[in-house]
Amino acid sequence: MPELFTKTMARNIYLGGSVFFILVFLALTFDTTARLPKRDHRENITEQVALGKKVWEENNCIGCHTLLGEGAYFAPELGNVYQRFGQSKDAIKAFIQSRPVEGIPGRRSMPQFNLSEEELDAVAEFLKWTSEIDTNNWPPNING
Amino acid sequence: MTTSLLKYPSQAVAKPYFIAAIGLFVGQILFGLIMGLQYVIGDFLFPEIPFNVARMVHTNLLIVWLLFGFMGAAYYLVPEEAERELHSPKLALALFWIFLVAGALTIVGYLSVPYATLAKLTGNDILPTMGREFLEQPTITKVGIVIVALGFLYNIGLTILSGRKTVINVVMLTGLVGLAVMFLFSFYNPENLVLDKYFWWWVVHLWVEGVWELILGSILAYVLIKTTGVDREVIDKWLYVIIAAALITGIIGTGHHYYFIGTPEYWQWLGSIFSSLEPIPFFMMTIFAFNMVNKRRKQHANKATVLWAMGTAVMAFLGAGVWGFLHTLAPVNYYTHGTQITAAHGHMAFYGAYAMIVLTIISYAMPKLRGIGTAMNNRAQVVEMWSFWLMTVSMVFITLFLTAAGILQVWLQRYQPNPLPFMAAQDQVALFYWMREVAGVVFTIGLILYIVSFFVKGNPQEANS
Repeated sequence: MPELFTKTMARNIYLGGSVFFILVFLALTFDTTARLPKRDHRENITEQVALGKKVWEENNCIGCHTLLGEGAYFAPELGNVYQRFGQSKDAIKAFIQSRPVEGIPGRRSMPQFNLSEEELDAVAEFLKWTSEIDTNNWPPNING
Repeated sequence: MTTSLLKYPSQAVAKPYFIAAIGLFVGQILFGLIMGLQYVIGDFLFPEIPFNVARMVHTNLLIVWLLFGFMGAAYYLVPEEAERELHSPKLALALFWIFLVAGALTIVGYLSVPYATLAKLTGNDILPTMGREFLEQPTITKVGIVIVALGFLYNIGLTILSGRKTVINVVMLTGLVGLAVMFLFSFYNPENLVLDKYFWWWVVHLWVEGVWELILGSILAYVLIKTTGVDREVIDKWLYVIIAAALITGIIGTGHHYYFIGTPEYWQWLGSIFSSLEPIPFFMMTIFAFNMVNKRRKQHANKATVLWAMGTAVMAFLGAGVWGFLHTLAPVNYYTHGTQITAAHGHMAFYGAYAMIVLTIISYAMPKLRGIGTAMNNRAQVVEMWSFWLMTVSMVFITLFLTAAGILQVWLQRYQPNPLPFMAAQDQVALFYWMREVAGVVFTIGLILYIVSFFVKGNPQEANS
């Protein structure tokens, strides 16, 4: 690089640029968190929804599925599974409950997690709440 | 005898870190092969090792071996740059064993009991942090990571602050402090999924597209100074410009994860604009590495290291830069979000930027740490360079096959007039998963050769300086 451009100038661009964009990012974060309540409908996060998120986490569902497009790509997207299953919490529960312990020969299969009735209800409620988040119209269709 | 080649004997603590890194790397690849097979033979190892467990082991081992590599790199280069011994080699060694045992116990936990049981056993109820992608570690392991990080930063920080402060050292320290600070967000797990996701990215994105680039840049700069003999002033200037570009684009670039998770629409503009500039620092890194090697003032005996360094620059640009750009614009990402396109990018970016920089510093430092010389003998270097090409080319193919699978998946499942359900689309692209698995096997052969290269004896006639 030409001598006109000194190391001090390079350092100042690094320091100034980083600090400036950190501040911009913090300001945007502030604005985003202020706007989120209208988009995530947090008033609907009941104790059951919160328990559902915990059941979701403690069975590592994200290790196979995506949720709003994030996670693993081995199994279907679940952000819209409530819609895909005909807005039926019972259908979601029945699917989870009916997974064979030994799997399906040659095919991918969800493990049998032996969830209690309370946990099943909670997961279904959590997935229903998730399906109501304003995701800017994602996923593109019902298949996720 | 071992220490005679080191400017500062305390640099020797880097050696166990590098050995552990390579060992965990092997584990990561074995689990990668298992997962690759599960993609096409769905019931492989089911229900003993379900896919989610294999994936957790695969990704967590990656993170841990890279951290071992970064810490080893710091212990190796910081004393030399600071022109003084490491503050406490004993602490470095103690932290090594704590980190290794904690990591091993965590992996054993993943594999031996159901994840829900592990959550119960480790008291996830007290402070629930588990079950989020890449942050699956039990809370107690996370606390352990913080303790190790603090001890490590104390050790490295004191060494740097009371020694010569070079640009490489200060940038390295900034990156490491950033790494530790951003990890603290892994303890924030609100009941609100959208908030959870928003701040989860502060760990994940601000690591790999933020502070880790500082660590990458400083290790690359150090190796280039050592192997090319180019004036430090020139290299420092490049380093500053590269990391400036990385942070200026990467911080707001976080927005490319905020398109469809419930966050406001303006992130689609911000994320698209800033993250499409994210290839720039990686492109500069490529220009930097090639320029420095062209201007070299000496022919370094360790040709393998120079190959790794140039390879890192090129593959980081391709994997993080080009494959990142491929799906970073919001209208494109609308269709590719959460598909095999993401997996393709993830594989080449992590290998090109972070696996390769760790292999670069290991290649440079190991012959000295082992008391062999500035370089391995020619035959060993030839084997190492073969392993470089096998791993790198097969990673290119893994990426290409996953990209093909991803494009087909998007078409079949999201774009064509009669979109298919997820599993129907998966069945249609199985051929590409098979090809990916074959490429994975070749990668494994490359990795075996890499390990062999450490034990290849030189030709007796060869004069080894």
